[in-house]
Amino acid sequence: MDHDTENWIDLLFNIGIPLFLLVLTYFTGRVIERRHFQALDREEKALSGIRLTDLGRLPPGTRVRGGTMVQGEVVIACDYYRVFAGSLKNLFGGRIRSFETLLERARREATVRMLHEARRAGANYVGNLRMETCSVGGKQDGNPSGVEAIVYGTAFTLE
Amino acid sequence: MIVVNTDFVPGKRIAEVKGLVSGNTVRAKHVGRDIAAGLKNIVGGELKGYTELLTESRREAMSRMIAQAQELQANAVLNVRFSTSNVAAGAAELYAYGTAVVLVDEAG
Repeated sequence: MDHDTENWIDLLFNIGIPLFLLVLTYFTGRVIERRHFQALDREEKALSGIRLTDLGRLPPGTRVRGGTMVQGEVVIACDYYRVFAGSLKNLFGGRIRSFETLLERARREATVRMLHEARRAGANYVGNLRMETCSVGGKQDGNPSGVEAIVYGTAFTLE
Repeated sequence: MIVVNTDFVPGKRIAEVKGLVSGNTVRAKHVGRDIAAGLKNIVGGELKGYTELLTESRREAMSRMIAQAQELQANAVLNVRFSTSNVAAGAAELYAYGTAVVLVDEAG
């Protein structure tokens, strides 16, 4: 293989492919995220009849019956572009907005799923809301592959 | 078995507190091994396989906690909390804990 071909192949693998992936995932990431936020807005509106608090006690004057634990969980992946943008921010400092939206999506999706379970149980009030998030996978000291969120509470029916 | 994450159940009162019960599972989350998840890691979106794994782990941890409560002859577990933590070597632990009690109907 002559020198020129080697150079082109080098260029393709070391710069061309990552660059292509960056551009591709920038656009696919934006589309997926926008669609997810639209879906979340729709779902939250549909479930807005269920009161949600993180109070351990019932608000004064509230009477309820029932009492069953409900939970929702989700694992959302970091895409190629997001990881790149995050690493860049790590060099210069500041808010990593790309990860902020990722976490917001995970928490809201898990909350929506929990509210669906509450609705299926015939409840219209969920109290003592708790949230847990955790990073998923990836190399030990590398970037996480995704984020998981568990949201749980207790569902009651208001009297 | 009543399971709630509040410290009360309407219409009932605590007759006896049996003690702390818990259940946990550890699952390996090496996303790199899963081809479908690997693709998702490039374009983004939900890792459905891993969500299902998480759901299974949560159910398992909770059923272990409930089994402990049953052994203590409790009929309810109150104030349930979850705790997740990344253990070394790409594994994560889901820990569920609560207080096992005996509930009776509120008199009057």
